[in-house]
Amino acid sequence: MAKVQGVVVINEERCKGCELCVVACPADVLQLQSMEVNDRGYHYASMVNPEQCIGCASCALVCPDGCIEVYRVINK
Amino acid sequence: MDKNDIIKEENRVYKRPKLLTDNIMHYCPGCSHGVVHKLVAEVVEELGLEEKTIGIAPVGCAVFAYNYIDIDWIEAAHGRAPAIASAVKRLMPDRMVFTYQGDGDLAAIGTCESIHAANRGENIVIIFINNGIYGMTGGQMAPTTLEGMKTSTTPYGRRVDLNGYPLKISPLFAQLDGTCYVTRQSVHTPANTRKTKAALKQAFQNAMNGLGTSVVEVVSTCNSGWKMTPAQANKWMVENMLVQYPLGDLKNTVKK
Ligand code: SF4
Ligand code: SF4
Repeated sequence: MAKVQGVVVINEERCKGCELCVVACPADVLQLQSMEVNDRGYHYASMVNPEQCIGCASCALVCPDGCIEVYRVINK
Repeated sequence: MDKNDIIKEENRVYKRPKLLTDNIMHYCPGCSHGVVHKLVAEVVEELGLEEKTIGIAPVGCAVFAYNYIDIDWIEAAHGRAPAIASAVKRLMPDRMVFTYQGDGDLAAIGTCESIHAANRGENIVIIFINNGIYGMTGGQMAPTTLEGMKTSTTPYGRRVDLNGYPLKISPLFAQLDGTCYVTRQSVHTPANTRKTKAALKQAFQNAMNGLGTSVVEVVSTCNSGWKMTPAQANKWMVENMLVQYPLGDLKNTVKK
């Protein structure tokens, strides 16, 4: 198991599908939904490779709409 | 470990600042304003200035900033934010007073107020969002528009023989004796976002310590006005804007 494990929680209704979190993620975790949209019609971001997340919070830092919360554990 | 075991309060490494309201921002997807708003909220919280901060909002896209950051605000007439900030700070010297202005507001109609407030060394912070365009009114040329850059009023690109040169406002601030800290930052990567946050923190502390005017320019994108995707706009900004407006401190008289 990976030593550092991260999870991001994305507020899908706030998300505007700008894709900046996808670009900022160093671990290729995030993608915009290709079919699904939120109530305002945006293709929101979600974790497509959750096991790769290292909880670095890069995505959350660059998200203009403050949609992302990040959790991280270090497995002993 | 299962996802639900990780999503716990004690494992949280990043959360929305409390001062950011739940209102959905009216900014376009990917707009730099959202990131800077978030950083302002974080810094105010971290410095414990929630009850002491007064923001002066501009005319421009950020005119509705009061909907998003839960502090006291005054909405200024176009370009006049530094004049109002000067008055507020003089009347209430224990408050942290900052202006939040775009390039149309600060570098065009408000040049006089900005330069003179800084020259008087008012103990305020000027946050200057420079995206090289008038965003709110439909993407017209601003003083900071780059040479050759296409806008709705320079459809063939800005010509310096006709429209003058891009105005580099931060170096003007830096040469005034009233400023203690002038820096140029951006928020297009996580690392730059962290640096901008540190710059805002120092600026806010300078204002509270009565050291003079601090200016934090944030070179930003207006992807709608530039007619690009947010990711393309960031790339274009690095390749073009940052050449004319290089990042870094232009002046810092309070270095430890
Ligand atoms: S926390 Fe880091 S690794 Fe995880 S999704 Fe965000 S940017 Fe990617
Ligand atoms: S950066 Fe934020 S608003 Fe943009 S796609 Fe990611 S979660 Fe959505």
